[in-house]
Amino acid sequence: MLTTNIEEIPGKKIVEHYGLVAGSTVRAKHVGRDLMAGLKNLVGGELKGYTELLEDARREAKDRMIAQAKELGANAVVNVRFNTSSIAQGASELYIYGTAVKVD
Amino acid sequence: MNAFISLAINLGIPLLIIVVALITGSTLERRHYRSIGEREYKYGKIPLLNGKKYPKLRPVSEARFVSGSVVISYDYFKRFLAGLRMIFGGEVKSYVSLLDRGRREAILRMKEKSPDADLIVNLRIETSSISKGNKKRRLGAVEIFAYGTALWYSAAGE
Repeated sequence: MLTTNIEEIPGKKIVEHYGLVAGSTVRAKHVGRDLMAGLKNLVGGELKGYTELLEDARREAKDRMIAQAKELGANAVVNVRFNTSSIAQGASELYIYGTAVKVD
Repeated sequence: MNAFISLAINLGIPLLIIVVALITGSTLERRHYRSIGEREYKYGKIPLLNGKKYPKLRPVSEARFVSGSVVISYDYFKRFLAGLRMIFGGEVKSYVSLLDRGRREAILRMKEKSPDADLIVNLRIETSSISKGNKKRRLGAVEIFAYGTALWYSAAGE
């Protein structure tokens, strides 16, 4: 599945539009990770556990969007956008959306 | 004597934490900046565009979505400096350098996923704060997410 965040797939021609597809996930951090992050917070620097967690969550949201696009018969998603919002303490929602298209 | 001990505990422990944070935090920051500098030099030849249009030098052979992210946290010393700043106002320099590191790191991680790309178009950078806990024991961290579309031009001979 081809994805871009511009309006086209460069080098290819869009032959059909299928409309909006989206995927989302809400993730919470688990306690062990939080504890380590709290310790790391003293000295600063990267919180690797959280980086991985958010990467995983984003991948999952993207997979859901791609599954939806596949169901429609698309072979590419253009104009992909990301959205992160924290909905409660310790949990955040990752939302990804785009336009499903078919390219030659 | 008792008052002196309690004062030493109440003032000494936070002070000790701040000093430890200052030493480790600034060492980590210096090391991080050095690694950023090296990698920016290595990947410097990939141009970044934040527009959707790109020069059509040759037909494009491949386009792929690329992204990079980092979660970076404040250390105690930076937070202490920022706390002082909140009283007088003005630029919070200790946080500026932190966010600068985060952004550059996220962009580099994105570039590392497509090291041989000819250019990256429509670059977007998103920042979101991750906070947890009450005001006093807050976990202060920001997530920086950079994404764009990497393009490869077809070879000149084709």
